[in-house]
Amino acid sequence: MKSDTVFKYVLHLIAVIILALLSLIFITLFVNSLPSIKSLGLKFFISTRWNPVKGEFGALPFLVGTLITSFLALIISTPFSLSIAVFLSEYFKRGALSSVIRSGVELLSGIPSVIYGFWGLFVLVPVIRNLELKLHVPPYGVGIFTASLLLAIMIIPYSASIIREVMKLVPADLKEAAYSLGATRFEVLKGVVIPYSKSGITAGLILALGRALGETMAVTMVIGNANVLPTSIFAPSNTMASIIANEFSEAVDSIYLSSLVELGLLLIVVSAAINIISRWVIKRTSKV
Amino acid sequence: MKKFLTLLTIAAVMLTVFSCSQEPQQQQQQDQGQNGPEEIEKVDIEILGAGATFPLPLYTAMFEDYHQKYGPMVNYQGIGSGGGIRNLLDKTVDFGGTDAFMSEEDMAQAAGNQILHIPTCLGAIVVTYNLPDNPTLKLTGQVVADIFLGRIKKWNNNQIQNLNPGVELPNMDIVVVHRSDGSGSTFIFSDYLTKIHEDWAEMVGRGKSLEWPTGLGAKGNPGVAGLIQQTPGSIGYVELTYALSNNMPVSHIQNSSSNFIEPTPEAVSAAANVELPNDMRVSLTDTDAPDGYPISGFTWIIVYQEQNYNNRDKVRAEQVAKLMWWMIHEGQSHPQPLHYAPLPEQAVKKAESLLRSMTYNGEAIL
Repeated sequence: MKSDTVFKYVLHLIAVIILALLSLIFITLFVNSLPSIKSLGLKFFISTRWNPVKGEFGALPFLVGTLITSFLALIISTPFSLSIAVFLSEYFKRGALSSVIRSGVELLSGIPSVIYGFWGLFVLVPVIRNLELKLHVPPYGVGIFTASLLLAIMIIPYSASIIREVMKLVPADLKEAAYSLGATRFEVLKGVVIPYSKSGITAGLILALGRALGETMAVTMVIGNANVLPTSIFAPSNTMASIIANEFSEAVDSIYLSSLVELGLLLIVVSAAINIISRWVIKRTSKV
Repeated sequence: MKKFLTLLTIAAVMLTVFSCSQEPQQQQQQDQGQNGPEEIEKVDIEILGAGATFPLPLYTAMFEDYHQKYGPMVNYQGIGSGGGIRNLLDKTVDFGGTDAFMSEEDMAQAAGNQILHIPTCLGAIVVTYNLPDNPTLKLTGQVVADIFLGRIKKWNNNQIQNLNPGVELPNMDIVVVHRSDGSGSTFIFSDYLTKIHEDWAEMVGRGKSLEWPTGLGAKGNPGVAGLIQQTPGSIGYVELTYALSNNMPVSHIQNSSSNFIEPTPEAVSAAANVELPNDMRVSLTDTDAPDGYPISGFTWIIVYQEQNYNNRDKVRAEQVAKLMWWMIHEGQSHPQPLHYAPLPEQAVKKAESLLRSMTYNGEAIL
């Protein structure tokens, strides 16, 4: 066989293995959550109670907690990652300052999440508590807002580096054309760079969102772990990843264990759904 | 399409090969453990255990000492009591460790074999808090339950103030902090409150994870301690060993004889000075012992009574039994320095007779 053909088959094989792995994970989760799907049915998705003692398991508080913290983190992080990307791709492309900032941002993504968690618990939480005291809400310090803030910092490097790469790809002649028509730097940014890299920006943000959805350790340390529907953005709450990490090791009862697995399945489905929707959004926006 | 099918077949074959190649390796490891050179004094064998994290520091010290003296390596993984029970039922370990004794239903899963509960030491849960100057508080179980139910909301509530006449309590909101991860600590704590408070029993009950009526959750003893240390007016519960080694303020709790007991290893050992059942599956919370601390409990090692299962050989069975025997006798010098409470005399006697009931092919091992 020619080396070309061999190479092709190796690539195919690797692709198939990855696909097989994904389907096996999905099947395993599904099979193991069958007991809870059978005994709880739809109640699992609409019940707000999580009581392992009485065997009531409702996923709604965790679903809501996951979505709120992730989207809030995305909203908080977007202006920062956009600015960092613009700064590095348009204003300071080269030079010492640029590379210091770039590696600094990339370093943020290399910090283990438990370190973020500790930092959040010992630095961010007291700051938020003072803020809460001024706002006259219960000064827990931990809660949805703290978790979202921490998540936002954690996901900035992901979206920032993708957006920067995309912005670099904007053709120079387009920008030069705009400049030659008398556009200012800001107008070039607004009229050429951002519209041109719109779908790339969306992709970067979605990747960051995916990271926020699944983050476990840092979130569990600052969210307050209250298994109830949150009443405000300062209230303690919980996420799907966090409750699984918290309760899996001591869950002996089969329905209990299987409910936790079903939460994992739900988390995968939610992540996949967000991914598919965003692909569709990217497709639609890039056509315009 | 044909190409795709071939690819799928290749993938399937590869997967099978991968999964098959694992087994002989494991077999080999086991063979090495079993047929290793047998010396008269030091035995070269690896005993596997897994379970509760609460006694992990103690077991680490004990097993290191045992390895130095007698040879067997004991590999204990702190994966939680639930995991310990699951692993023992799956027969992937020689013994499990648990902070809460197994339920009848779990015991029934052992399919014909009996599971023995061998106590190894005692632990306790203490109520800790963060108040200005951290005075030593006296609390009753009723008041603790009302605080954790969210009914007592302020520190200067009359119910707390009446128990602590000399202490000036601030007009502060109480922030309840509990464990967010499933844990034996939560089980012992809620077991105590269930015994002592009717509404708690009805609304919350006992378990390793609960539906908490109020408060914040934090992961592990360090998480709870960390949140308490930073939150003025907070109250929570941690293991005695953790509180003592970190010099945290702890509340004295009133026991059933109306004595306020300071949580110390001695008071925890004293909690076991009651009539103990022969199978040692006993909850010591709300103890009748007059000088016993009321939120105490045993931690157990769980093993099968009949050791010939899964083609285990006799050497392994003997070594496991000898290890347990050592743990409840000479091994009892280890708990005290680590702030655990050693077994009292009566508990050792009961554990001895349990160990003597261990068999291999129906014959007593010890």
